[in-house]
Amino acid sequence: MAKSTQAAAHSPLANRIGPDGNPVALTERAHLGKINLRGDAGDKAFLDGVARAAGVAPPVKANTVATAGTTAILWLGPDEWLVVTPAGGQGAMESSLTTALAGQHVSIVDVTDARTTIRISGPRARDTVAKACPLDLHPREFAAGQCAQTLLAKTDVLIHQVGDTPAYDLYVLCSFSRYLWDWLADSAKEFA
Amino acid sequence: MFLIDCPWCGPRQQTEFHCQGEAHIARPKDPDALSDEEWANYVFNRTNPKGVHFERWVHNHGCRRWFNVARDTVTDRILAIYRMGEKRPKVKS
Repeated sequence: MAKSTQAAAHSPLANRIGPDGNPVALTERAHLGKINLRGDAGDKAFLDGVARAAGVAPPVKANTVATAGTTAILWLGPDEWLVVTPAGGQGAMESSLTTALAGQHVSIVDVTDARTTIRISGPRARDTVAKACPLDLHPREFAAGQCAQTLLAKTDVLIHQVGDTPAYDLYVLCSFSRYLWDWLADSAKEFA
Repeated sequence: MFLIDCPWCGPRQQTEFHCQGEAHIARPKDPDALSDEEWANYVFNRTNPKGVHFERWVHNHGCRRWFNVARDTVTDRILAIYRMGEKRPKVKS
């Protein structure tokens, strides 16, 4: 069963080619492992358990990201996080979280295939995103290591700023990803 | 732009939120004991004031958390924001 699911893994953006360099680049980070994690941020046993399994404790500060190696934990809510692993790493992460948090009142759900990730980078990436996003993306307000769930071109996205260039990872529902990709590519045209 | 101060995420644009009606409506402890009129009052009838209104909002395009807002229905000014389970604050329009 697991094998056939793997074989069927198909990126909705497989045929999309975006602007590929200065001043804006679009790439897909396909099939990143994603686990929705819920638990009590005030419970030390929970934070320690996650730190044992993922290498880093979930961030308690709103709209921030904790990273350890190739794993990132994004804040989604006061008791909710998204654990992101490299492609194919979700199964191992799910089982180590399940083991480390055994007996606790938590929820660990593999949501890998719900969303895909668009990486937008380059000196005009901020201007491209800012055109249709109500967040204040000025570095004073939103910098590398921060994340936020908001709307981008009327689509729900989870934005994670990963670099100062700037570069952003946009987690978007697969069914909206082609629309958002095309919107971004079109939005970047004026800067080319 | 109309900003709403989410108790967790901070100020965000109104389009990320939805208003979900009047707050502090307690479900009757024993619904079977109510008359049809009392039940209809609980289910349908709301205060709809001109002035201060206490209502529930949800940050549905953000952290998806619920909270309470005291809003002036005339000016749309938000007078107070407080979490679920907290008592309604004293506010003046």
